[in-house]
Amino acid sequence: MKQQKFAPLAIRRSILPSHWDILALLLVIGVIVLIAYGARVTTAPLSALDATPLSLDPVNLPIYALRTVLRMLLAIVFSLAFTFIYAAVAAKSRRAEMVLIPILDILQSVPILGFLTFTVTFFLNLFPGSVLGAELASVFAIFTSQAWNMTFSMYQSMRNQPKDLVEATQSFQLSGWQRFWRLDVPFAMPGLVWNAMMSMSGGWFFVVASEAITVGNTTVTLPGIGSYVALAIKQQDLMAVSYAVVAMLGVIVLYDQLLFRPLVAWADKFRFETTSNNLAPTSWILDLFRHARVTRLLATPLQWAGRQVWTLRLPKLPGYGSKAMDMAASRVLDWVWFAVIAAAAGWAAVISVEYLRATIGWSEIRTAVVDGCITLLRVLVLMLIATLVWVPIGVWIGLRPKLAEKVQPLAQFLAAFPANIAFPAFVVVIVHFSLNADIWLSPLMILGTQWYILFNVIAGASAFPSDLKEAARSFHIRGWQWWFKVILPGIFPYYITGAITAAGGSWNASIVAEVASWGDTQLTTPGLGSYIANATTNGNFPQVVLGIIVMCTFVTLSNRLIWRPLYAFGESRLRLG
Amino acid sequence: MLDHLSKTPLIDISQVSRSFPKANGSDVVVLENVDLTIKEGEIVGLLGRSGSGKSTLLRIIAGLLAPSSGDARCRGATIDGPPVGISMVFQSFALFPWLTVLQNVELGLEAKGVARVERRALALAAIDLIGLDGFENAYPKELSGGMRQRVGFARALVVHPDLLLMDEPFSALDVLTAETLRTDMIDLWIEGRLPIKSVLMVTHNIEEAVLMCDRILVFSSNPGRVARELKLDLPHPRNRLDPMFRQLVDSIYALMTQRAEPRSTALDGIPGTGMGMVLEPVSTNILSGLIEALAGAPYHGRADLPVLAGALQLEADELFHLGEALQLLRFAQLSEGDVMLTDAGTRFAHLETDARKKLFAEHLVTYVPFMGLIRRVLDERPTHTAPAARFRNELEDYMTGSRADETLKTIVSWARYGELFAYDERTEMFSLENPE
Repeated sequence: MKQQKFAPLAIRRSILPSHWDILALLLVIGVIVLIAYGARVTTAPLSALDATPLSLDPVNLPIYALRTVLRMLLAIVFSLAFTFIYAAVAAKSRRAEMVLIPILDILQSVPILGFLTFTVTFFLNLFPGSVLGAELASVFAIFTSQAWNMTFSMYQSMRNQPKDLVEATQSFQLSGWQRFWRLDVPFAMPGLVWNAMMSMSGGWFFVVASEAITVGNTTVTLPGIGSYVALAIKQQDLMAVSYAVVAMLGVIVLYDQLLFRPLVAWADKFRFETTSNNLAPTSWILDLFRHARVTRLLATPLQWAGRQVWTLRLPKLPGYGSKAMDMAASRVLDWVWFAVIAAAAGWAAVISVEYLRATIGWSEIRTAVVDGCITLLRVLVLMLIATLVWVPIGVWIGLRPKLAEKVQPLAQFLAAFPANIAFPAFVVVIVHFSLNADIWLSPLMILGTQWYILFNVIAGASAFPSDLKEAARSFHIRGWQWWFKVILPGIFPYYITGAITAAGGSWNASIVAEVASWGDTQLTTPGLGSYIANATTNGNFPQVVLGIIVMCTFVTLSNRLIWRPLYAFGESRLRLG
Repeated sequence: MLDHLSKTPLIDISQVSRSFPKANGSDVVVLENVDLTIKEGEIVGLLGRSGSGKSTLLRIIAGLLAPSSGDARCRGATIDGPPVGISMVFQSFALFPWLTVLQNVELGLEAKGVARVERRALALAAIDLIGLDGFENAYPKELSGGMRQRVGFARALVVHPDLLLMDEPFSALDVLTAETLRTDMIDLWIEGRLPIKSVLMVTHNIEEAVLMCDRILVFSSNPGRVARELKLDLPHPRNRLDPMFRQLVDSIYALMTQRAEPRSTALDGIPGTGMGMVLEPVSTNILSGLIEALAGAPYHGRADLPVLAGALQLEADELFHLGEALQLLRFAQLSEGDVMLTDAGTRFAHLETDARKKLFAEHLVTYVPFMGLIRRVLDERPTHTAPAARFRNELEDYMTGSRADETLKTIVSWARYGELFAYDERTEMFSLENPE
């Protein structure tokens, strides 16, 4: 009853709007306008695209950037919905889990840009004559770059819930639906937000690549930063490219400040730990909304809706089934299920082999595998160079907290920046100095992904315990001994995390990096990336399929044979604390 | 009608057993043929060592686990899922960190579909009762351990359960906080202000059980059985210094050490010995520390367990583990609530480090059959190495996977101390070569 005493005061103050209110209201209105705009332009007929051709006038850039941003937003909404459903099914059903999780694992290593070939065709056929099809294809490309690791994160959270909380939900008889919103989702939230943020930074690359795409005879150009850059390349306008770079910088900063900072700060309350953390993340925009009274007004209906959702009385959790009889039946069902899956897989194998045999020969497969080896070599060499460059620099920065604080956001930002926007600058240099494309196109693959190594190494070096640093100093450990006995083992788990992301990203980037153009000049270097890219441009679907399969195999194998063992080694032997 | 109701026991457990599958397919019995009835108006305690199945029994009553055999009923109805009218307080509190105190307390009501206004009123009443006023909007991580467990209590009480289950509710708290919370609970119980009819609590703390319970079931381990049932007629509030109280505590200590006695006398055919001996991970540092403490003043080789527990600030359960490890290695003997050093134990106390290690190694090989086995295998093989997996598989013939892991871990750490053989974690190999 204590609240009543303060109630009149609260009401009186809430009548007067604060400056927070004005800011918050403007932001909310802005979002509503954006949604309306997005709805109008995406449902326009396809001919509208041709009617208003792209222009390199920088005045148009904000609108283009906006379109790009809307695609990203839409993709993340789809990714989230997919995550909730897929992860929940995989975590709750043992049989579904047996199939869904390996599939997810493979999907993670499918080259997203290779995928684009089919999805563009598919969505254009799905919505003939409407921009929606092309938009969806682009959104789908971004979706595929985000959904998988978000789903993995959610699934892992759901499998690692603390036993006592699970028992509490059972003991208080929460229904499956209530448990999902009260335990499953909140517990997964911090990981989910972090993964969404990481996926998003990968996503910019794909949104840019997917806005201007040619599949055989169909060329789709969606208004956006990506298509703007594509046009600039065609017209050899270096100035326009630099405008696009600036626009992209702005977009990423805004996205980070307006969306992800607040999300990370908000998700902090879901972190499962018993002690309160002094270094909680903060966000000025979240503070703004928390201070603004109008937020409460706007949030009330949302809260009400939320309450309706999670208090829905859906069926209760199934009790433990009763025993021995079921056990035998369940084992039989397992076998049936396994047989169904095996049959489906066998059938898939047969039609794939048939398809490839009917359309291309064995020699083609050899070409693809050889190209795969070339690209593999590139990835390995580039990773080695990036490691030799960025590990010492990252350690140097990470051991200086003041500097690390400033550099870390920059490194994360560079990792998010779609490197393909900056490609033209490099191509111009290669063309101008007549450099060997086979060598000098390669660095483009790692241009955008090397930063993952840098910021993970910085994070590792910053987290290196100061007592170990002091111990090393007091025992006069210096030089090589210091590097190999002290700091490198200390940052190893972090480095591996970064290297896995960087290597995966490089494979994906090879599709746009091994083929580059500037005006009429085409630069191509042999490799799996150019194999897929050329097949896409020629509309040769069987070759694209083959390219994807080979790349998928290479990525999966290198994950299994190189990265996972290293990661496991790092986690079990070298993880500090 | 009323008469009929009061005659149906709240909980009726008869001949309940529960086993868990072992890695090799057979089962480990953790609870065997347990009978228990709980009537209205009593606080019943389940007292026992860790691994005596008392928590398993609690979870069967809570409907979180199904019994393997036997009959578990709540108000006459078979328990097949969490029954209405039973709620639980967890050892680890099990609060949802993303919900405020008020939201945590409302959780059970929300699940029942209680309307919002009523829910709020009930929750505030429970919060008020348990002394959490003013903390309604705090998040659990802002609270101290004691306050968190109060939230746990409020959350369990708010649904007005007939039976409150408590799973070692005070064991995660510091001594002082735990005592405050215990007395608060007992006071509310005596005053009849708790909206519950009965309490069932699991504990390994003997004094706690004597302080709170009207009836205590003492469990024996491997497999868990009810070894003895005690009725306590001491009036509440009880005083720990009351001679009657002390006497009860002493007698329970004696009861619990008595169970361990056959191990020291018989040499073969004892459950849980031979190759299937379960070893609890006890540090050799603590073992030698305990031997030294026992050998010195004021014990001079013989100590009363409750006194020793108090002096060393150990929980009874921990002390039992240590005592049993010493007994296993024939450095000490437990009986009648006392621990006595053997001759070997006294000798150990007065030796230098290297000589201690040698004596320890001798006892390991002689009295822990599995140690002897590993040593023999290593001696026989020309390479003097053997994979750990081989021995782990063998252990799994006798115990569950997690027990086998623990036992193996203990074997490694004891063998390292005794310099019997070496173990390389990376290759998971035992070997004879000691890096010297």
